[in-house]
Amino acid sequence: MANIATQSQPEAIREDMLIEELGFDDHFHDHHHGDKYQSNFITTYIFSQDHKMIAKQFLITGMFWAVIGALMSLVFRLQLGFPEESLAWLKPVLGKWIEISADGTGVLSQDFYYALVTMHGTILVFFVLTAGLSGTFSNLLIPLQLGARDMASPLLNMMSYWFFFLAGAIMFASLFLSTGPFSGGWVAYPPLSALPQASQGSGAGMTLWTLSLVFFVVSVLLGGINYITTVLNMRTKGMSMWRMPLTIWAFFITAIIGLLSFPVLVSAFLLLMLDRGLGTSFFLSEIYIGGQALDHVGGSPILFQHLFWFLGHPEVYIIILPAMGIVSEVLSVHSRKPIFGYKAMVYSIMAIAFLSFIVWAHHMFMSGVNPFISNFFVIFTLIIAVPSAVKVFNWIATLYKGNIRFNASSLFAIGFVSMFISGGLTGIFLGNSALDIQLHDTYFVVAHFHIVMGVAAFFGMFAGIYNWFPKLYGRFMNDTLGKIHFWGTLVGAYAIFWPMHYLGMAGVPRRYYSFDAFQAFAHFDGMNQFITIGAIVTFAFQIIFIVNFFYSIWKGKEMTDRNPWKATTLEWTTPIERIHGNWPGKLPAVQRWAYDYGKDGKDFITQVEPIGPDEKEVH
Amino acid sequence: MEIAVAKEYRRNKIHPKKFALYVACASIVMMFAAFTSAYIVRQSAGNWLEFRMPTLFYVNTLVILLSSVTLHASYWGFKKGNPLLYKGLLVVTLLLGFAFLALQYEAWQSLVAIGIELTTNPSGSFVYVISGLHAAHILGGIGALIIALIHAFVLKYQVTEGRKLRFEMTLTYWHFVDLLWIYLLLFFTLQS
Ligand code: HEM
Ligand SMILES: [Cu+2]
Repeated sequence: MANIATQSQPEAIREDMLIEELGFDDHFHDHHHGDKYQSNFITTYIFSQDHKMIAKQFLITGMFWAVIGALMSLVFRLQLGFPEESLAWLKPVLGKWIEISADGTGVLSQDFYYALVTMHGTILVFFVLTAGLSGTFSNLLIPLQLGARDMASPLLNMMSYWFFFLAGAIMFASLFLSTGPFSGGWVAYPPLSALPQASQGSGAGMTLWTLSLVFFVVSVLLGGINYITTVLNMRTKGMSMWRMPLTIWAFFITAIIGLLSFPVLVSAFLLLMLDRGLGTSFFLSEIYIGGQALDHVGGSPILFQHLFWFLGHPEVYIIILPAMGIVSEVLSVHSRKPIFGYKAMVYSIMAIAFLSFIVWAHHMFMSGVNPFISNFFVIFTLIIAVPSAVKVFNWIATLYKGNIRFNASSLFAIGFVSMFISGGLTGIFLGNSALDIQLHDTYFVVAHFHIVMGVAAFFGMFAGIYNWFPKLYGRFMNDTLGKIHFWGTLVGAYAIFWPMHYLGMAGVPRRYYSFDAFQAFAHFDGMNQFITIGAIVTFAFQIIFIVNFFYSIWKGKEMTDRNPWKATTLEWTTPIERIHGNWPGKLPAVQRWAYDYGKDGKDFITQVEPIGPDEKEVH
Repeated sequence: MEIAVAKEYRRNKIHPKKFALYVACASIVMMFAAFTSAYIVRQSAGNWLEFRMPTLFYVNTLVILLSSVTLHASYWGFKKGNPLLYKGLLVVTLLLGFAFLALQYEAWQSLVAIGIELTTNPSGSFVYVISGLHAAHILGGIGALIIALIHAFVLKYQVTEGRKLRFEMTLTYWHFVDLLWIYLLLFFTLQS
């Protein structure tokens, strides 16, 4: 047996030959030698139009927001776990939001507690798990795995990032307002969001919040238009839809959901702004505030909830589907087996996407919607469990009897499956409108969506980062640190969110500043402390990840083999140097689907390898 | 030895930019779908002031329909080598576009005249918001028309792939906002 280096050499050479021989010549390098996109510092690193650089920009910005959002949660967790302790030591950072009493103890301002909860939700849902996840991996993988030089419109792609950046800058600025950022919850229900005088954060804070999110929607739409167009029009020769890796299917359907649901949010915001600024009454009914009657008549706050959740529910799938795509790919590569039930995977993505548009009112069972209408939503909500279960079954079947490589990437992918099962099961409880009477707006809901969406999507993201880091930076992240990161995060996440189910079943409401007034919840003090400590420890494990990430960018083990995971997909046929235009010569032609692992006694067969004479193509 | 390799390959059956425009139109449709469904939901909640849509809305429908026809004919002139038709009808289309906006403004004035102001009742608010947002999309179309006009008068007359694409995209968008208006007006009419 030759050693690994020489074993891999012929492979790469054979691939290059195949690409040269069978590939598609688009004469790209004939007219791109000057490389107009990467001619100087600004066009290379800042206003870059190269999809790989834009992916990194999304990733780093997403990480920045993840840290901010996580730190916020630690502050409000301190309040929940240790309401008696003095927070005076936070005064240098939080300033006037820590109120110091006569004896020198500092407490977190109540207004700011709500602002923190609101910002945490908004930042994590939109900036981290939507932009940071979809933005990073759609940009990186769509052109690379489809055999395209870049996105359909690199310019729109660049604008997509900068609109996201602008949205972030505005949100960041709102943190420093003297009245504080918006504090009415990430769902921005009126009247807190519609009446500037309703709370401290409802004034300038809400104005900036809305402005920021409008720019964010522009970013999502520009990105989404590009992803869809690229997938449908820029696939290389031989890359039929049914040969696309599941990552691409997931990004593609995600983009479609985004394009159909985010405009609805814009509509809701527009009406909200008119209510705020021009005195219309879309969402405001007769209201007394501060002893004074307002002019608004006959509006319906429930209408806002309908519009919001029409986006809001698809949004949670916008977050989870890319993670599912990444997990499918990573599990298959690292268990050296074809993904089980490829077509079933695709159809279940489609089914989930479709159903996600007709279940929104399960967030509104308790807002006074007609119970008969609720039944309709109960049924569709429970039906979502079917395609979800199909996916879970297929992931497990993929792992079954696999030759699994346990590294940070595959561990996070397996962790994802675990989280998705745990969180999906609680969804079935919540989806029953009768059970929801008890569970709605309690910590049970918090536990549900953090496990199924928050943690699971993060796991998908981590799996993707560890797996494609070499494609991003030409180096590897340290795998031992990665495994420590995984085990710490897995145990930590369950430690934080599992106990919350018990809180919720006992009726502990979410979004409360303090439970002092509730004798019945007094015995949960210990549990709340446990959760808070769990959050702090889990955050500490994320520091390992961040250090590992940045250290590896410059000092990580260098990539010597361009296909380190022995994967079949096209991104690993590009040179290690990550050039503009992705392939140095012709574009590769695709001859087979993306999951030929362990076929005919071969460990793997790349997509550029033609179907042999006695071979049967897998469909 | 026979191996099966990917052979036939037609690239870009439809130009990616044009396709991107279709996708963008789809998301605009969703935005208006949201407004019109909000309208229905709000209407069924009561406290809803009934009024007749201004006659000018109907007149204006003819204006916008006509502009779609003139733009299409202009495109036809452009393709078939008739620069006069091409340029002339482009100007006419632009004027019709402005006329549409002016008449919409008049229509809103007539609503005010019968006592339906923006904040009077949600039924009126919706009409203002929906038709106003539609007007904003017309404004975008007018921007595209002005660019087309500059091309028509500044550049030498020539049918190239690039210019054809650009014209077709302008045309698609203009037809789209036209259809959108017809949908909205039908909606208003049937709902009241
Ligand atoms: C089997 C599938 C699922 C079912 C049946 C389900 C059901 C529900 C229900 C009924 C609620 C409303 C609970 C209440 O407010 O009283 C809810 C909340 C939520 N779910 Fe799920 N869910 C499922 C999967 C998911 C997935 C996959 C995600 C995200 C990736 C997700 C994210 C959320 C979020 C974010 C909330 C709470 C939003 C808020 O009030 O702030 N769910 N779920
Ligand atoms: Cu939902």
